[in-house]
Amino acid sequence: MTDYYALLGIPRKLDLSMDILQQRYYELSRELHPDRFMRKPAEEQQRALEMSSALNDAYRTLKDPLKRAMYVLAQEGFDIGEQRSKDVPPELLEEVFELNMALEEMRGGDDSARPQLVQAEKSFTNMLAEVDTQIQTLFVQYDASQSRDALAQLRTTLNRRKYIQNLVAEVERTLAAGHESPATSH
Amino acid sequence: MEIDFASSDHIVGIDLGTTNSLVAFMDLTGPRIIPGADGSQLVPSVVSVAPDGGIVVGNPAREMLLTHPERTVYSVKRLMGRGLEDVQQELKLFPFRIAPGSESVIQLELGERTFTPPEISALVLRQLKQNAEEYFGVPVSKAVVTVPAYFNDAQRQATKDAGRIAGLEVLRLVNEPTAASLAYGLDKRENGIIAVYDLGGGTFDISILKLHDGIFEVLATNGDTHLGGDDIDNLLLRIALEDVASEWGEDLSKDSEGVQRMRRAVIHAKEHLSFVPAASIDLEYRGKKYQREITRELFDKLITPIVDRTLGPCRDCIKDAGVSVDQIDEVVMVGGSTRIPLVRSAVENLFRAVPHTELNPDEVVALGAAVQAAILSGAVENKLLLDVTPLSLGIETMGGVVSKLIHRNSTIPASATEVFTTGVDGQTNVLIHVVQGERELVKDNRSLARFDLKGIDPMQAGMARIEVRFLIDANGILSVTARDQRTGKEHTVEVKPSYGLTDEQVEKMIQESFEKAEADFAARQVREQRVEADAILSAVEKARHHDAYFEMTDEERTAIDRAVNELLLVYNAEDHLLIAEKIEQVNQATLKLAENMMNTAVRGALKGTKI
Repeated sequence: MTDYYALLGIPRKLDLSMDILQQRYYELSRELHPDRFMRKPAEEQQRALEMSSALNDAYRTLKDPLKRAMYVLAQEGFDIGEQRSKDVPPELLEEVFELNMALEEMRGGDDSARPQLVQAEKSFTNMLAEVDTQIQTLFVQYDASQSRDALAQLRTTLNRRKYIQNLVAEVERTLAAGHESPATSH
Repeated sequence: MEIDFASSDHIVGIDLGTTNSLVAFMDLTGPRIIPGADGSQLVPSVVSVAPDGGIVVGNPAREMLLTHPERTVYSVKRLMGRGLEDVQQELKLFPFRIAPGSESVIQLELGERTFTPPEISALVLRQLKQNAEEYFGVPVSKAVVTVPAYFNDAQRQATKDAGRIAGLEVLRLVNEPTAASLAYGLDKRENGIIAVYDLGGGTFDISILKLHDGIFEVLATNGDTHLGGDDIDNLLLRIALEDVASEWGEDLSKDSEGVQRMRRAVIHAKEHLSFVPAASIDLEYRGKKYQREITRELFDKLITPIVDRTLGPCRDCIKDAGVSVDQIDEVVMVGGSTRIPLVRSAVENLFRAVPHTELNPDEVVALGAAVQAAILSGAVENKLLLDVTPLSLGIETMGGVVSKLIHRNSTIPASATEVFTTGVDGQTNVLIHVVQGERELVKDNRSLARFDLKGIDPMQAGMARIEVRFLIDANGILSVTARDQRTGKEHTVEVKPSYGLTDEQVEKMIQESFEKAEADFAARQVREQRVEADAILSAVEKARHHDAYFEMTDEERTAIDRAVNELLLVYNAEDHLLIAEKIEQVNQATLKLAENMMNTAVRGALKGTKI
């Protein structure tokens, strides 16, 4: 498979300038898009289709910091399988335990858990912002050092982010469902 | 704009609409609509089979909707690329006559013949093709055709099939809102974000685009392929028919002619309500009269639920585009239904901006298609559309769960690769079920096709490694290729589309349409000559009561009688040239009569004037 960075002709960095990325993408789109090959032989049209789909796939991956990080990790031989996001990061064990209790109560129709959940949603959303800052720092570190250690840390941090994001989504879902069918117990 | 039109071989842009269709092209002065022989820009997307078996398309077919409703079909776009089970709702609201045996592909009955939706659309396309050919004086065989942005793969494929059946090579399917943005030329602003709100006869689309120096990048799109002006018509129609039931004590809903006349009356009222504060639904039918006044206020109240249905997709689209309402610089209105004041104010409220309505909302999509045609021909070099796929593409996995491969709003062309293996020792084929949609379970999504990977070498379960590539092209249409990772050998992939026509069926239709085209064309020419004959015969009969007729010599009168008789003799012949010849004879024989009548008219007019 074509290397996304090579295809876009940009330096292989995790901390990417969005302006340069977009500029390169637009330039190459003008060259490679199938629209430009309508009057060319069938093989050239087919090649344009392949190239522009690869270009779009590359841009879609690289413009999103998380997808970009996963892409680089995969290329560097790291396992990016989904299953690992299920493991609870040890430092979150206690909070997650309490949160799950509250979620259970809420789902059981006990609306008194609502304030706790709203609070938890806030705290986990803040945590998400912190994690994003850490990820950005690791991006810069890796670009400077090219160290596998930075990548390994990035891998762990991405797992943690995914885990927290799932928690936030779960809380939001439960709170929304609670709104739709208010508890009848009181 | 650098334009080189010398090399372009007339690629036309076509808006194949639910209610009306148009064909346009681009020259040095910009895009413009090609009118039909009758001078009208719009060709109603209505097809009728005349009692003599001839095909009638457009305005005359729209008239036949009143006289021969059971031989006429409209709004067929609602059925494109769909299966019988998912059009049940439409069948309650539209007088589609489904032929028996429509399980795999819908067949519509028109008189004695049956047609699939792509064949009906092909007839409309053929009319547009013909209009363009008459305009240019040369054959036209290539087109850009627009589709609702929210059309799925099957609906797109059905549209492409319609083009092939009509003898048109569809170089590109362009999403309607995107085409409209091209026509608006909003790229004059260096950078900006625009929203295109497109509410047509039967479909609703919302697209948000980023403009950058001639590049039109679609950020997100959303919509509803079964929401439009038709729904408003049906709402008013139901009310009017209920009124009639209580006022006349008659159930008009079973009377297809009565329904079509009432439908036209409500459309008339609806259209007026866009410009005046009150309008009335008027129907005179079989000696009875119905009238009901509708105020704008009541109309707005009635259609609010329909207009509201467009707002959810708008909000989702803004979210998916990753922009805030404040970042949207301009809003463009497309589709006839955006003339409705309530629609305009709803859009204005949501986007907090006055929408663009400068271009005719019926024409803007066709004009944009013509611009895209000029891009493909190379005549326009500085513009480029980067569109997206409206729906996620996934495959069925264990337990009927969908695994998404290409997410919605991915820029197309887009691709994804997945490796498959066998589950049983010695297994030689793998079946892949591809679906489109956003839901978790296969059953809640749209089944697109089943791909059968064949010719896998028998080996232990799990040993085979078949790399399958899913590619959505610039038309938004999926293709699948497979390769054995160990041998590098390409695998054959047999496609079983869940809905729509197989390649063989399309081929057969193309064949038949060429065979029938000649017969259809001849029948049409005969019919046109008969219309001419009717006109001249009735004019002659009228003239016989005129003073000028009595001023003629016996000889001259006999010549007229003879010519008229000869025309009557050939009137029913299936030879348009013969009829034309006899019409000409009557013309010649009555030249002097016509002249005298003119003179009498002038004399009459002068009589009252003092000189």
